[in-house]
Amino acid sequence: MRHLLSTRSLSRDDAIALLDVAEDMAAVQEREVKKLPTLRGKTVVNLFFEDSTRTRISFEAAAKRLSADVINFSAKGSSVSKGESLKDTAQTLQAMGADGVVIRHPASGAPQTLAMSGWIDAGVVNAGDGTHEHPTQALLDAFTMRRRLHGAASRGRDLGGVRVVIVGDILHSRVARSNVWLLATLGAEVTLVAPPTLVPVDVSGWPASIGYDLDAALATMPDVVMMLRIQAERMQGAFFPNSREYARTWGLDDARFAQLPTTTMVMHPGPMNRGLEIAARAADSPQSTVREQVANGVSVRMAALYLLLSGEREVAR
Amino acid sequence: MSERFLITGAQLPSGERTDLLLDGGVIAEVGSIADAAGATVVDAAGLIALPGLVDLHTHLREPGYEQSETVLTGTQAAAAGGFTAVFAMANTSPVADTAGVVEQELSLGRAAGYATVQPIGAVTVGLKGEQLAELGAMAQSRARVRVFSDDGFCVFDPLLMRRALEYVKAFDGVIAQHAQEPRLTQGAQMNEGALSGELGLAGWPAVAEESIIARDVLLAEHVGSRLHVCHVSTAGSVEVVRWAKARGIDVTAEVTPHHLLLTEELVASYDPRFKVNPPLRRAEDVEALRAALADGTIDIVATDHAPHPIEAKECEWDAAANGMVGLESALSVVHAAMVDTGLIGWADVARVLSETPARIGRLAGHGAPIAVGAPAELTLYDPSASAEFDLARLAGRSVNSPYLGRTLPGRVVATFHQGYATLLDGAVRPADEVARHAAERLEVLRG
Amino acid sequence: MAVRTVLQQADIDRALTRIAHEILESNRGADGLVLLGIPTRGVVLAERLAASIGRIAASDVPAGALDVTMYRDDLGRNPVRAPRPTSLPAGGIDGATVVLVDDVLYSGRTIRAAFDALSDLGRARAVRLAVLVDRGHREFPIRADFVGKNLPSSTRERINVHLHEIDGDDAVTIDGGDADVASAADAAEAGRDA
Ligand SMILES: [Zn+2]
Repeated sequence: MRHLLSTRSLSRDDAIALLDVAEDMAAVQEREVKKLPTLRGKTVVNLFFEDSTRTRISFEAAAKRLSADVINFSAKGSSVSKGESLKDTAQTLQAMGADGVVIRHPASGAPQTLAMSGWIDAGVVNAGDGTHEHPTQALLDAFTMRRRLHGAASRGRDLGGVRVVIVGDILHSRVARSNVWLLATLGAEVTLVAPPTLVPVDVSGWPASIGYDLDAALATMPDVVMMLRIQAERMQGAFFPNSREYARTWGLDDARFAQLPTTTMVMHPGPMNRGLEIAARAADSPQSTVREQVANGVSVRMAALYLLLSGEREVAR
Repeated sequence: MSERFLITGAQLPSGERTDLLLDGGVIAEVGSIADAAGATVVDAAGLIALPGLVDLHTHLREPGYEQSETVLTGTQAAAAGGFTAVFAMANTSPVADTAGVVEQELSLGRAAGYATVQPIGAVTVGLKGEQLAELGAMAQSRARVRVFSDDGFCVFDPLLMRRALEYVKAFDGVIAQHAQEPRLTQGAQMNEGALSGELGLAGWPAVAEESIIARDVLLAEHVGSRLHVCHVSTAGSVEVVRWAKARGIDVTAEVTPHHLLLTEELVASYDPRFKVNPPLRRAEDVEALRAALADGTIDIVATDHAPHPIEAKECEWDAAANGMVGLESALSVVHAAMVDTGLIGWADVARVLSETPARIGRLAGHGAPIAVGAPAELTLYDPSASAEFDLARLAGRSVNSPYLGRTLPGRVVATFHQGYATLLDGAVRPADEVARHAAERLEVLRG
Repeated sequence: MAVRTVLQQADIDRALTRIAHEILESNRGADGLVLLGIPTRGVVLAERLAASIGRIAASDVPAGALDVTMYRDDLGRNPVRAPRPTSLPAGGIDGATVVLVDDVLYSGRTIRAAFDALSDLGRARAVRLAVLVDRGHREFPIRADFVGKNLPSSTRERINVHLHEIDGDDAVTIDGGDADVASAADAAEAGRDA
């Protein structure tokens, strides 16, 4: 693997291999010495054009636990105001000798542009691009599901037959996109539930079924319910009337949560809007994987960095 | 001493083979010409002679954006593509919304001498869509503006559009509308459909174009005015234009070469060379546009030549500028999309790339069939050539061509404007020579 | 290409039994012994040795796996390697006499990585090394305490260890060393212990 840009282009074997390496990384996280010397001498740059402390810290921990040197490059605001382009920034990182670049960018496709442009030799990890993809989030979600379902016997397994309901702003969600592709690749059955305004106009090609009725979707007793963050600014775009109506119609409130089997996992990529898309009781229940997702995020990102940066670099264009 | 050219063995759009003598700015002789002393002989065996191409939709960028293109470099690109006249869009800086700016544009074109530069006037002051620009003053200026457009922006206010359509009737003008409903296309990045959803790029829905065209043809009908629709890009727009023409509404429409050849799948690379407005559409749209051009629903091909500096394209998709250069590649693209597919012949090419655009723009001295006494505006095209389109084919200042690396048929071999060559043996002639010939012609015309 | 079999099943059994005795002798019994195999074939050998020692000493000898992939010094010179699980016996390694077990000892780089890996997992009282085959060509000052068979070889030759738990048969073979005709699988295997 030279770059990790999307889950759309990830094969089943590559995905499982990455999740298996993440199992090894998770085992390292459970011992006293949590650090590995694997990427000693490598430089990983966290290039964040958008604020996301959670994601940046997760990647930073992952890189440091593999003994890489980490440079945090927060380009937000500064680059725009100075008029520095992605190209100039990339060439700066190239001059610094970056081996890996973890990029978060508000423009869909920016990581691909960075990876394919020839401006830089580094391996590129997409840490979320616009409304396109967020592959490591989907991988950590899949990892979390697999661990909950199969425990120590997770290695080598896919998510065949696992029924996942993803609820919320599909249109603007890179987490939803990455999950749809990855979960389908791993054999899960995905149902998307959202107000029609927050579903892309043509999702006929997506390996998922679409519904507008959350109660109907929950009545099928899914194995996983994933609630997406809803952004308040969507109200300005007339996507839905107000947050009260949204919470009532598409929120995982106490009553809906009570209807779910106790085996159903409740997931959220965070940060949560408690009381809007998810009620506190659901978020804090033992069914909630929210905290595991955070821990697993480090393991999955270690796996990604390991697979991208440990082997010999093909200087391929 | 003005140039004389004897072109031998050229094939006319009709298929007939002939010699042509260019002399004194006109086609002096047609037929088998035995003797033309002092004329430069151009062996045109195997070449097609077309009336000089006319582009109704060119962005020359001067004044204001000379890092992208100037009148000189833009008309050099035109010559390289076989064009002898270009209509220069008004979105310069300052905007071409006064007689002064359009006359400056005209003068720059005349001085450069590579092609007739016919300015287009803005419909509204500063392209802001608030207040009519001085349409009459521009029409009555030396530039004799007949085409008005806020291209880049849609004249969205229906009342303003109605008034503009009505007002230009006074001087036989036409409003060329960039049909784009602004509210439906806020932040739009690509065609809205399955692919935009997958790529996470904000959608530019077909309805945003079609609804404006529908409104405008109805307005044109209501006030009895002439409407021209720029860069029609969807199958639905074709249906609306077809319906309007069937009703007898005085509407003409253009399609760009790129909308005849390229589809939205190219956007999946996030390569900003493929970012253009209106966006590349689906294969079904391309099919409908080709059929519409073949059956006359769409009247002309216009390039929407839109040069941008490298930095405007070497960046992430969202930040990239819309637009592609198109003058140098237009004829080859039409050849590939329309002629090689058997949809139209070379006489139709002459119609959609020369005769009709000149007529829509009320441009004298261009678009006339090749005949004795016609202006010596001529293009020689080698249809048998086929090559990878590379940087060497680009003659303007910018290189944002979506065709680089793609194999295209044909090659423009020579272009003659006002009787002198602007392109010979596939090479753009030096600026000083061309300027000298242009000055001589001006002298002759002024007597 | 000539393939010679240098150890057959009976030879391997004999060698492992001898090593089992030697380990017991040097450790003065089975107390405090932990056998850690280096994946893939070292793990199988460690299990066999643990069983063998257990039979002889009539006590349980814990065995596990120690993956050294993340500690290798040659990661950047090869395609990405998939790590294998590390599994330690329940008691860990603190205070234990750890016997590292591998199939072939060659440059010594794998064992060097194993020392680093081991020290991140705890503090062993002592560390010993047992290998089925020692083929020479050391690049580090490392020597095995227990050797099944010394097999001086040319660097162009390939030594293949087959164990029936993984390969379906027990044998140690040596290839003629014509690198051009060696199969990709053999090359990968030879690379693993290089
Ligand atoms: Zn336009």
